[in-house]
Amino acid sequence: MAKELLKGNVAIAEAALRAGLEAYFGYPITPQTELLEHLSRRMIQLNRVFLQAESEVASINMVYGAASAGVRTMTSSSSPGISLMQEGFSYIAASDVPCVVVDIMRGGPGLGNIQPSQGDYFQVTRSAGHGDYHPIVLAPASVQEAIDFTVLAFDLADKYRHLVMVAADGQIGQMMEPAELPPMRPIRAERPEWALTGAKDREKNIITSLFMQPEEEEAFNQQIQARLKVIKKNEQRWYEYLTEDADLLVIGFGTAGRIAYSAVEAAREKGLKVGLLRPQTLWPFPEDRLSELADQIRGCLVVEMNAGQMIDDVRLAVSGQVPVSFYGRMGGMIPMPDDILTAIEETLTRLYSAAGLPI
Amino acid sequence: MLATLNAPISENSLQVVYEYPESLSPVVTHYCPGCTHGIAHRLLAEALDELGLREKTILVAPVGCSVFAYQYFETDGCEAAHGRAPAMATGLKRVQPDKIVVTYQGDGDLVSIGAAEILHAAARGENITTIFVNNAIYGMTGGQMAPTTLPGQKTTSSPFGRNTTMTGSPIRMSELLANLDGPAYIVRRSLHDVKNIRKAKKAIITALKVQMAGLGFSMVELLSSCPTNWGIQPEKALEWIEDNMVPYFPLGDYKVRDEVNGL
Ligand SMILES: Cc1ncc(C[n+]2csc(CCOP(=O)(O)OP(=O)(O)O)c2C)c(N)n1
Ligand code: SF4
Ligand SMILES: [Mg+2]
Repeated sequence: MAKELLKGNVAIAEAALRAGLEAYFGYPITPQTELLEHLSRRMIQLNRVFLQAESEVASINMVYGAASAGVRTMTSSSSPGISLMQEGFSYIAASDVPCVVVDIMRGGPGLGNIQPSQGDYFQVTRSAGHGDYHPIVLAPASVQEAIDFTVLAFDLADKYRHLVMVAADGQIGQMMEPAELPPMRPIRAERPEWALTGAKDREKNIITSLFMQPEEEEAFNQQIQARLKVIKKNEQRWYEYLTEDADLLVIGFGTAGRIAYSAVEAAREKGLKVGLLRPQTLWPFPEDRLSELADQIRGCLVVEMNAGQMIDDVRLAVSGQVPVSFYGRMGGMIPMPDDILTAIEETLTRLYSAAGLPI
Repeated sequence: MLATLNAPISENSLQVVYEYPESLSPVVTHYCPGCTHGIAHRLLAEALDELGLREKTILVAPVGCSVFAYQYFETDGCEAAHGRAPAMATGLKRVQPDKIVVTYQGDGDLVSIGAAEILHAAARGENITTIFVNNAIYGMTGGQMAPTTLPGQKTTSSPFGRNTTMTGSPIRMSELLANLDGPAYIVRRSLHDVKNIRKAKKAIITALKVQMAGLGFSMVELLSSCPTNWGIQPEKALEWIEDNMVPYFPLGDYKVRDEVNGL
């Protein structure tokens, strides 16, 4: 299929539909709304389920219902709406039903604004509802990646019977870029054997997150943990650029990672030994690769569109081997390549002088 | 009469007049003695049997005393978050309109925390059936005030009796939802005596038929007892329904769309 000029939100919507999305439930919120609007037309044209819910609380629980019936289903929202869905995420995670949630992140806290932000890192990777679990979180840095990760999200959700989130900052949702859409996949004909389809010629199926006995609840938690361990082993994804001889590793995801790429290029032109690691999965965080790189670099510079959230995962991965510094913008501000370049130069100066090396 | 009683019982003279409904699992429930949740379960199970719906039914249990309802029915079932059963049911039903989706909800679940979900499911005319068990209290959490708690009624969180100037007045949900265009069938029945129990079952059958015919949202509100948290004997609790709940929550048909009469 040829490349076409696509807006991020529309591209995600169309990619989901082509990945076999059977039911979409959502509530309008900027900067995500085009996604819902696109599906309101396309899903109806294709005779699939589209429903504008009364709230994000309702939409995630509608997704929970559709997922329990064993169909490919999703919702999308932006930060305040994602906050409202937390209860639903937790029930979904505790019921082993697969589904996809797209978060087009905006400035916060509170009502914040509608500008791009990465302030949801904690809420999507850490606190996506109560209890011990993590969703799988994919973080695209371009419209093409947004498309590819949306398709991947459905496949991973089904593979692990797990909640998968696509977390993109508002920049990715709003910008237009040439990108290629995937071919249309057919809707899955069969429903999984655990799905709630009526107890005809089989034992009844139950989907619940309730385990009254602590022993049972612990055993179930151990199952979740075992699954997360497999996911952690198999699904760490990242993009890497000029790391081979790097003294400084710049780390950023989504739009921040993409801008950091330009800053790294500019630094290389100046002869600075700088590389880039752009996590594509926020959970599982690409900690294995980062901890390898920590053996070879002198330090890291984390760039985020928040006050420093992913930096915690970076620190855990490098485990004190190298210093970690930070450059971030908040409230819907986007870091500029020149500002990141300055931060790179400052960090390198500090690292070299600490090591007694010439700058 | 005496002769019949004394006559030896032969195989032929025995006939089954009362059985476990097929749709009800043969397990012991956790409901308190005298609780009418059990009656509501039985009525729903009998209705599913009589309409031959067991194999295509999905029951959505709420958070409340009936949280384990999915264990008590021989149908597919799931457990929604507190108040969210109508939303979960919407998801289940929209992707498989040929199935029968039933939510079973308490008054705290449906009238308080889940007020938005039930209101909008009803307004959309969502083709599901809701069994609404109104016992004027939060049973599961130990008897706190519900939006349906009667004026003056003592609960563990209204120890001086419900003060309506502070907490407002009870919500009559059937009347409220009946104002919407979406619902096809909304009635209130009571479980306090045999006559009313029979009427309740008829209503549940009608509500399920409404769904089978694709007419839209149907709800049967059942006035129920919670002897444990009302702090009275089961028998007295039934009287309490009749004496106190029925006057505040009048029994009757609040919305019966024309097409329903033809079912
Ligand atoms: C989000 C959330 N808030 C509160 C609770 C605690 N809780 C469990 S059941 C219940 C009330 C149930 O009352 P009702 O719906 O009337 O059902 P009943 O037990 O009376 O049948 C509450 C408040 C919960 N489980 N989840
Ligand atoms: S607490 Fe009340 S509603 Fe709950 S099972 Fe006991 S009697 Fe029934
Ligand atoms: Mg109650």
